[in-house]
Amino acid sequence: MAKIQLNGVEYKFREKTKLKDILKKFKISEKKVAIEINGSIIHSHQVKNCEIKNNDKIEIVHFIGGG
Amino acid sequence: MSIPRDKLIIAGKSYDSRLIVGTGKYKSLKETAEAVKASGAEIVTVAVRRVNILDKKKPVLMDYLNPKKIKYLPNTAGCFSSEDALRTLRLAREIGNWKLVKLEVLGDKKTLYPNMIETLKSTSILAKEGFDVMVYCSDDPIMAKKLEDVGAVSIMPLAAPIGSGIGIQNKTNIKLIKKQSKVPVIVDAGVGTASDATIAMELGCDAVLVNTAIAEAKKPILMAKSMKNAVIAGRQAFIAGRMKIKDYANPSSPTKGIIS
Repeated sequence: MAKIQLNGVEYKFREKTKLKDILKKFKISEKKVAIEINGSIIHSHQVKNCEIKNNDKIEIVHFIGGG
Repeated sequence: MSIPRDKLIIAGKSYDSRLIVGTGKYKSLKETAEAVKASGAEIVTVAVRRVNILDKKKPVLMDYLNPKKIKYLPNTAGCFSSEDALRTLRLAREIGNWKLVKLEVLGDKKTLYPNMIETLKSTSILAKEGFDVMVYCSDDPIMAKKLEDVGAVSIMPLAAPIGSGIGIQNKTNIKLIKKQSKVPVIVDAGVGTASDATIAMELGCDAVLVNTAIAEAKKPILMAKSMKNAVIAGRQAFIAGRMKIKDYANPSSPTKGIIS
């Protein structure tokens, strides 16, 4: 099992789960977000083949209303 | 009615509207979109935050304001260090390939006053990374000049603390900054009502950024329209050139031919 932090919340996934499957599970549209794993940006072309590892810290952000 | 050929040019791109609006603090995304429309703004500031993973149906800003039709200006509001601000803007660029960003590095939670040392450092790094950086800053002309020197595409001095609605506190400094700057000077933060926006434009500023004054008005849509008109009025007055101020009265009607 891979224990990860996703936007500050702990989740457990199978080892080598693909990032794109996590996005799918949470119904997140890849086009409207930016993703960072352990402080490094995952570019859109990298999402497809990206696999998560134990202790990964994933941040998924988008635009919201702000000043 | 705007003045023909009087365009606001930021980083080589021209805009008709000289009002930039924020998209925070509205009651709903629907109200946000209506206020933006009423304001006539072509650029809106947006924040970068975590996606709410568990709420799958929550409407998102992009569903209400189409980034293909209105320019999104990602902002680093809430960042208190250069590191956080850089991280935020690098992520923002990733979402839609935005080069134009607004940098805001805060120094104090109570006043939300900018930390100019961190701001200057961040501006320099971002400019080198290819960002077009519009910079929220104090109204210190020396710091404004330094920001321009390291590559800021717009200088955005505060009128007063963010969200305070106090209005322009230091007209002299704003004027000095405008006079020395080759890039657009945009008054950002502290505008409380329409007349504040007009004053900023009468001082010669290139644009005004407003959020709270619209969002927290009793009727935000009407205030958005009012801000639009205020900015146009101020710009027109600036171009028209105001009369000279005199110490004594000067009659408006001819003094000849008065019935005696």
